[in-house]
Amino acid sequence: MTGAATGDRLYQLAVTGFALVIPGLLALIAIAIGVAAWPAFSTAGLSFITSSEWNVQAGKFGAAPAIYGTLVSSFIALALATPLAVGVAIFLSEIAPKWLRQPVAFLVDLLAAIPSVVYGLWGIFFLVPMLRDHVVPFLRDTLHLGGTPLFSGPAYGPSMLAAGVILAIMALPYISAVTREVLLAVPRSQRDAALALGATKWEMIRDAVVPYARSGIIGGVILGLGRALGETMAVTMVIGNRPEISASLLAPGYTMASLIANEFTEATSDLHLSALMAVGAVLFVVTLIVNGIARWLVWRVASGPRA
Amino acid sequence: MIQPVDEDAPERPRLATRELSAFFGRSRVVSNVTLGFRDQEVTAIIGPSGCGKSTLLRCLNRMHETVPGASATGIVTLDGTDIYAAGVDPIAVRRHVGMVFQRPTPFPTMSIRDNVTAGLKILGRHAPRGADAEDVVEGALRHAALWDEVKDRLGESAIALSGGQQQRLCIARALAIRPQVILLDEPTASLDPLSTQKVEELVYQLKQDIAVVIVTHNMQQAARVSDRTAFLLMGDLVETAPTNTLFTAPRDPRTEAYITGRFG
Amino acid sequence: MSALRRRKAGNIVMLSLTYVASVLATLPLLFILFHLLQKGASTVSPDFFTHMPRPVGEAGGGMSNAIVGTLILIGIAGAIGLPVGIGAGLYLAEKRTGALAMTVRFLSDVLNGLPSIVLGIFAWQFLVRPFGNFSALAGGIALGAMMIPLVTRTTEEMIRLVPNSLREAALALGYPRWRTSLSVILRTALPGIVTGALVAIARIAGETAPLLFTAFGNQFWSTALREPIAALPLQIFAYAISPYDEWHAQAWAGALVLIVIVLVISLAARHVTRARFGSSTD
Ligand SMILES: Nc1ncnc2c1ncn2[C@@H]1O[C@H](COP(=O)(O)OP(=O)(O)O)[C@@H](O)[C@H]1O
Ligand SMILES: [Mg+2]
Repeated sequence: MTGAATGDRLYQLAVTGFALVIPGLLALIAIAIGVAAWPAFSTAGLSFITSSEWNVQAGKFGAAPAIYGTLVSSFIALALATPLAVGVAIFLSEIAPKWLRQPVAFLVDLLAAIPSVVYGLWGIFFLVPMLRDHVVPFLRDTLHLGGTPLFSGPAYGPSMLAAGVILAIMALPYISAVTREVLLAVPRSQRDAALALGATKWEMIRDAVVPYARSGIIGGVILGLGRALGETMAVTMVIGNRPEISASLLAPGYTMASLIANEFTEATSDLHLSALMAVGAVLFVVTLIVNGIARWLVWRVASGPRA
Repeated sequence: MIQPVDEDAPERPRLATRELSAFFGRSRVVSNVTLGFRDQEVTAIIGPSGCGKSTLLRCLNRMHETVPGASATGIVTLDGTDIYAAGVDPIAVRRHVGMVFQRPTPFPTMSIRDNVTAGLKILGRHAPRGADAEDVVEGALRHAALWDEVKDRLGESAIALSGGQQQRLCIARALAIRPQVILLDEPTASLDPLSTQKVEELVYQLKQDIAVVIVTHNMQQAARVSDRTAFLLMGDLVETAPTNTLFTAPRDPRTEAYITGRFG
Repeated sequence: MSALRRRKAGNIVMLSLTYVASVLATLPLLFILFHLLQKGASTVSPDFFTHMPRPVGEAGGGMSNAIVGTLILIGIAGAIGLPVGIGAGLYLAEKRTGALAMTVRFLSDVLNGLPSIVLGIFAWQFLVRPFGNFSALAGGIALGAMMIPLVTRTTEEMIRLVPNSLREAALALGYPRWRTSLSVILRTALPGIVTGALVAIARIAGETAPLLFTAFGNQFWSTALREPIAALPLQIFAYAISPYDEWHAQAWAGALVLIVIVLVISLAARHVTRARFGSSTD
């Protein structure tokens, strides 16, 4: 009968061991990136982040353009995706007839299942030409935005704008899934209370449902941000890959992830490799922080009502 | 370890508690209960909801301690041996003292046959096989008065059975490991009247061989099926007596109040 | 009265906008699927699955090496991600609120949120750099690490759905705890866990970024674990950014095959859940 006790101990040991793999893995990832990035950080110091000169031949590695591009493309993505995603989530949780909910939710969820490289392929051959030939002329000629710095300069195709749009499509399912979840978690009583006060359906959503779920929705948006910041392939394929900071969204740019992916294979010097890994280190830290905040916000909603 | 059956001590109860108390964390829900259960006897434990019947029952096969934070003090003897003594394996205890719960708990991924032999499979290479296994299945199902209803579909999923059949399947599953005592925790609470009647008949059959302890908050049921009845109130054992006596001439005023329906 | 009219009009406008949002959100998917079929379908032939890539200028050829490579990478990833994820999920489901469980649960979410390219760097630093060559093994391990948090999460959730009464029933029959966990609880939760595993596989099957540093890609036939190996997503990437029309056609065909693989796995995942629980759980 001690067999059972031994079995229990072995089982405990095994599952605890498996659980410990997760912190172990994260530690190893941090170590790997730290070690690989160290030479670049120690050579460039703080200027690695602040300098905007990324010149491989000259051995100058300033990651500012990539950091700037990451932030701008992710910002465009969120600006486009958030209203759409929240709209879809409201539609699915509050408005759509029952029979329509499953299919629409399924289609939106499928967006998350499409591999990044397929988005990239589609981006190269459809999205980029479409933006160049139709959307940009519309913005410039019809809306007369050509004079603003944001839409000035030549529009060759691959651009910060294209990256932002494709990231918006990719982040949308994540934001809408989380939002739908938190909206569904809003108690019936909150809705009833608003309706009993004579609110219209929209007023109920605006004044009772959304405020109750607000920090969860913000968490979903930040989760989408985490996805957008680290997205690699699709962005690499449509952003143009040029390490420059330009005010125009129609100019090519770089993101941290696309910089690493694009230059990794052609990196010959150790310093260049290390600089790429250092970009990875910055990306790692940024996504760590962003995800930590998002999880905390979602968790706060999921773990019950608060003031 | 559990001693073999001692045939020479007819007086001694099969299972007995002495000064048994049970706790969830710091709160005591069973207090100093001393009680014996004999072979060929059905003991009913009655009392209002929340008085500690289930908890007391679960102390008898060391199921209580599987709840995080739960603990028990006192002594519970099976054939004279303290099952809470150091070195006693709770698993061995549970194989001698079977248990059936309020809601039927067939294993949903197993067939009817596999449910019956579920308790035997863990014996590994000592488990009965082939024809022996079929004998065990038939014996247990007959014992649980379910054989005729399921003999043609032993390979089907157990969750296809009705609630009453599921409950009898769970009894068969408990009987297949040949326990010396069987604990029934409100076994008919979730069943319709017809199934209830079948289970009650079954209880009568069971006591021919083993000791039966049944928790119920239905006094008519206690009166119908049991030989002795124990009345529990807020964790205290108020009174225990032959069922007839307890229901007709209770000694304690609280018992009288309860059986005449003045609370609970 | 006119205030009420205005409110009602606002109501209708805003509710309609959510319809518009839903249409806009589903349009890209329909466009992508349409373009994949339009551009890829004509190139996908039996040859595509059985032939090797051809050099520039020669039409035809296939991606047999990349398809096999992707399957091998998925196999390695599953061999790592499934046991670790399921084991960790069991731990989390059973320990619930212990300090270590809370930490592991949080870190698992953090790991899940890391960009895949970061996992590529990790595998490159430890599994490519020291040995001086890219390998299928490094790629599979990077993908396996990606799978771990996904499988952990669904395993935990599915196990928590198993009613505690089953656990008690098994314990009351004299099952040791470990057997209760494995042959009753895990067994009962299995369909949900299989779904989770399939979703995880669907997600890593199309991953490209971590493979750039690890599996690297290979124009030739190779199934050796310690050599660079071809993979469908890598091949699509290489062909997509090439200047040749023949290769673009191959990229579309590869993307179509990849998306079909991913969709079939995703649909299978939903089917497993539905078969078990009667209706979809999400
Ligand atoms: N898991 C538990 N944790 C804490 N308290 C419990 C738990 N289960 C039961 N209790 C408490 O113990 C007391 C006795 O419960 P129980 O034995 O189930 O009563 P009965 O079966 O007589 O209805 C009740 O007050 C109940 O609230
Ligand atoms: Mg009870």
